[in-house]
This record gives sequence, C-alpha cells and structure tokens, in this order.
Amino acid sequence: MIPTPDLSHLTRKDYEHVYEPAEDTFILLDALEQDAEYLRSVRPKICLEIGSGSGCVSSFLGTVLGGTCSLYLCTDINPHATQCTVRTGKQNKVELNAVLASFADPLNARLRGSVDVLLFNPPYVPTIGEEATEAQSSADIQGAWAGGEDGMQVTNRLLDMVESLLSSNGCFYLVAVKQNNVPGIQAKMLQEYGLHSEVVLHRRAGGEHLFVIKIFRGSSDQ
Amino acid sequence: MVRLITHNLLACHVRGCNSNNFPLQFQDVQIGLREAEFNPDFLRGFLPKIEWNALVGAARQLGDTSLPEEQPSMLDDDFLKTLHHVLLEIHVEEGAMVCPNCKHVYPISNGIPNMLLAEHEIG
Ligand SMILES: C[S@@+](CC[C@H](N)C(=O)[O-])C[C@H]1O[C@@H](n2cnc3c(N)ncnc32)[C@H](O)[C@@H]1O
Ligand SMILES: [Zn+2]
Repeated sequence: MIPTPDLSHLTRKDYEHVYEPAEDTFILLDALEQDAEYLRSVRPKICLEIGSGSGCVSSFLGTVLGGTCSLYLCTDINPHATQCTVRTGKQNKVELNAVLASFADPLNARLRGSVDVLLFNPPYVPTIGEEATEAQSSADIQGAWAGGEDGMQVTNRLLDMVESLLSSNGCFYLVAVKQNNVPGIQAKMLQEYGLHSEVVLHRRAGGEHLFVIKIFRGSSDQ
Repeated sequence: MVRLITHNLLACHVRGCNSNNFPLQFQDVQIGLREAEFNPDFLRGFLPKIEWNALVGAARQLGDTSLPEEQPSMLDDDFLKTLHHVLLEIHVEEGAMVCPNCKHVYPISNGIPNMLLAEHEIG
C-alpha cells in the first residue's frame, strides 16, 4: 500500500478555488499504484501532469517512483492550483515544478519525445461549449470540471499533443467518464496517431462511470 | 519552482515566435538556495535532455560560473555535484523571463512562472 498524499495543509479556503481530490482523483491514484512496478521499470526521467490542481496525483507519483528519481512538471491554468501543487509537493517531500500554463504549451518545443509519464484528470463533465470556453479563460474552479460538448472540449486538445510529447516507452494516463466515449478516444488515438491504449481501471462512483485509459506506443503487451 | 532544470525546458510560445525563442532571459530575479538530495543516476539520465549552452548561460545570468563552457565527456562525481547544484538547488523566486526574440515578458512570482498568454497571443 502506497499512502495517499498528506493534504492536511489544504483548507476549505483553498478548495474554493482549487479542485478538491475526489473519486476521479482516487481512481487515477489507484491506476498508478496498480502499475507501480511497471512504472518503476520504465525509469522515468520526465513526468508531466496537466491540470495538477491540488498536486495530489503528482505527489503520489513521486512517492511511487522516488522523489529524486525523476523531474515532476505540473501545469495548471489556475494560479491557486499551481500554488497548492507546490505546497502539496513540499508536504509530501516531492519537489513539484509547477508552471502556470495551458496544457504543455511552453514545454512542447523542448519536451518533444521526452515525456515518460503523462497524466491528465481533465475537466470532463459535459456542458454547453460556451461554459467550457468561459471556464478556460476565467481559470478558476469551474475550469476543473466544465468540459463542453461530450465533456471532450478540453481533453481533445490534449489528445492532439500526446503523440509528440511521449518518449519511446512513455505512457499517458487519462481519466474519462462514460459520456466522453471511451472507445471513441481509443479509436482516435490509434487511427490518427498509431497509439495503442487499454482501459486499466473503471468503476462506478457517485453517479459517474469513471475510466482510466492508458495510452502508449508499440504493442499492447507493454 | 523555477529551477534551471525547468528553465531549460521552457520556450516562448507566442503565436509566430518560432525561432530564437529559447532560452528565455532572466530579468530582475531574486534567488534562493535550497539543498536537494544528490542522485547521480538521475543526473546521468537527464543530461542528454539538457541544452548545454542554454544552461551555462542561464547559470551565469544568476551569478553562477561553476559549469564548464563545454559539456565534459567524463561524468565524474565532482562534475555531477556541480551540475546537481546548478540544476536543482538554485530557485528563482521572483522576477521574470524575457523572450530573446519577441521580448514577451513571463513573470515569476512565488517561484511559479506565469507562462499563460492572452487569447490573441496564442500560437
Ligand atoms: C478535475 S481537476 C483535476 C485536479 C487534480 N489533478 C486531481 O486529480 O484532483 C482538472 C484540473 O485541470 C485544470 N485545467 C483545466 N483546463 C486546463 C488546461 N487547458 N491546461 C491545464 N490545466 C487545466 C483545472 O484548473 C483543474 O485543476
Ligand atoms: Zn517570443
């Protein structure tokens, strides 16, 4: 058992602006724990989490892999979130390198083919498109869930960057819900980018049907 | 935290700014030094990802001249310890990074670089 990160330093006030870890966060932790041995065997040098929020997931990954064994980069569009990410890293003795940015925009050029572990628990809730667009520009708590049409408006933009970011044995863990059309995501990644994938966990929780999809190059026996 | 390991991976991404947009130049910085645990295996594995000239230049801007001009081929412990300090122990807390090409200013506050762009600047 790898302990869940210590979040005792975060308060109600933080959670007014920053996503409080919930079932979708925990299914991602469980997927990483389930893959812990595989992840260590890859010996990742660069881990990148998009939308790190509280920093819970990257802190957990740092505990799985060892805090000094990899570089942990975390982006979020929400300035409260990047602050919380750094604090949560400190609290859990993992140095999280937070960057206020959308997706990996300022990192794309230098990280081409270099990301060993990519993580995204996106805003996946279906809303009208405008609501997601607005949430993206106001960069506050709504940006944590408002996902636009099919809940895929934000995720789709990252899906188009994954192939260029992943290293040769890199992998990408994505949280999704049923309305996002998980088979559709998998088909898109294979057809457009030749990337393979598998559902590594799924469960029903709090009225949602949650999935963790692992996306990677090469054959499915990885 | 903007440590030099992160700085070495950030490029200007203003629309149309595609050349000479790396490395970003530090401006008016406040730095802090914090000890980090030495992991030579990590450093050896990470070295191929580093743009050496950018790292040497950035370290000099922060007043650290300990790195050699040319990346040494022998990765002995002395060198790795120097590299460890420059990459991982110097924290830029406040200030800014400026694009050498389009001069866009990316502020750093509380150790976090603000790389967000306004809608019309996005590439
Ligand atoms: C569902 S929350 C997940 C937070 C945290 N990773 C967790 O699992 O608890 C989604 C996060 O993505 C961030 N986000 C939304 N759009 C983003 C974008 N375009 N780029 C980076 N982060 C984004 C939100 O601010 C929010 O922190
Ligand atoms: Zn520029």
